[in-house]
Amino acid sequence: MNPEAMIPALAPVAPVSNLPGGVPLEWYLIFAGALFVIGVAGMLVRRNALVMFMCIELMLNAANLTLVAFSRALNSLDGQVFVFFVMVVAAAEVAVGLAIIINVFRARETVYVDEVNLLKG
Amino acid sequence: MTLTVPMVFFVVLAVSGVIGALMVVLQRNPVVSALWLVLSFIALAGMYVLLAAPFLAAVQVVVYAGAIMVLFTFVIMLLNIRHDIDDGLRHVARRVLGWAFALALASVLYQMVRRPWALGPAGTTTLESLQKTGHAESIGLSLYTTYLFPFEATGLILLVGIIGAVVLAKRRSDLIASRTVPAAPRATAGMTAGARPAPVSGEPMKTTAVSPETQEPEATA
Repeated sequence: MNPEAMIPALAPVAPVSNLPGGVPLEWYLIFAGALFVIGVAGMLVRRNALVMFMCIELMLNAANLTLVAFSRALNSLDGQVFVFFVMVVAAAEVAVGLAIIINVFRARETVYVDEVNLLKG
Repeated sequence: MTLTVPMVFFVVLAVSGVIGALMVVLQRNPVVSALWLVLSFIALAGMYVLLAAPFLAAVQVVVYAGAIMVLFTFVIMLLNIRHDIDDGLRHVARRVLGWAFALALASVLYQMVRRPWALGPAGTTTLESLQKTGHAESIGLSLYTTYLFPFEATGLILLVGIIGAVVLAKRRSDLIASRTVPAAPRATAGMTAGARPAPVSGEPMKTTAVSPETQEPEATA
């Protein structure tokens, strides 16, 4: 059975936007998607561990924006509470990750992930 | 579709956010990358204001643009790293492949938005009720009732983060002691052993004075 026919809400209509100021929800989603894609590109292109970390933050922020936009469009605060949890995890991750980078720098004198190749076959 | 003032604000914020994100990836110097990332974060805070979430906007500025980016710049300063290295063909191939993969991902995400979709069941927190109770208060109510257990778990995550960062970044004194203390006497022992044949007839007193204190740590190690 066609899965789209099982959900009556999935009729091909544009989602009604009740966001403040009449800004369409898709605009937020497209912007968040652009930020996420740039973060992915940075992870793939750059080899500096610090910049790669910044790109992870970029991706987390893009996810946060979709959470807030959907939560506003759905008249629910649950998504915004999850944004808090994402921020907490990001803060803890940055603290531990930067400590690891400092340790790697002390041991290998580099922050470039290509030069940390002890496990390379 | 009529163009409203919030739409204009959105476009300005979106353009500055995307430019900031692009410059994070394109800039060579990690400090410049970090500063562009702050612009991106502030643009996101502006979006939160547009979405009637002013408390989240404040938290975004304080936590992300403030605390996390200060941490980043401190580490960059601490490590004093040089600019990114260009290693020729491999670097170009990685760059082309990386951007190609990112474009493919972008097209997939765009198709997801363009397909027909609709929102799920709506909640009860309308803009009017949010204006009555206030944004921070509404989030606090939700955080301390419905999401109390995840909130407590959040405290544990932060504690683990603090302890992990301190343990990892601390200079371990026992490691430094084991690395430096045996190394110094062994070097002098090797130097005296190599220099010993030359001054045999000249200074016999010096070699006998040096050798006991240099060979002592080697015996204990």
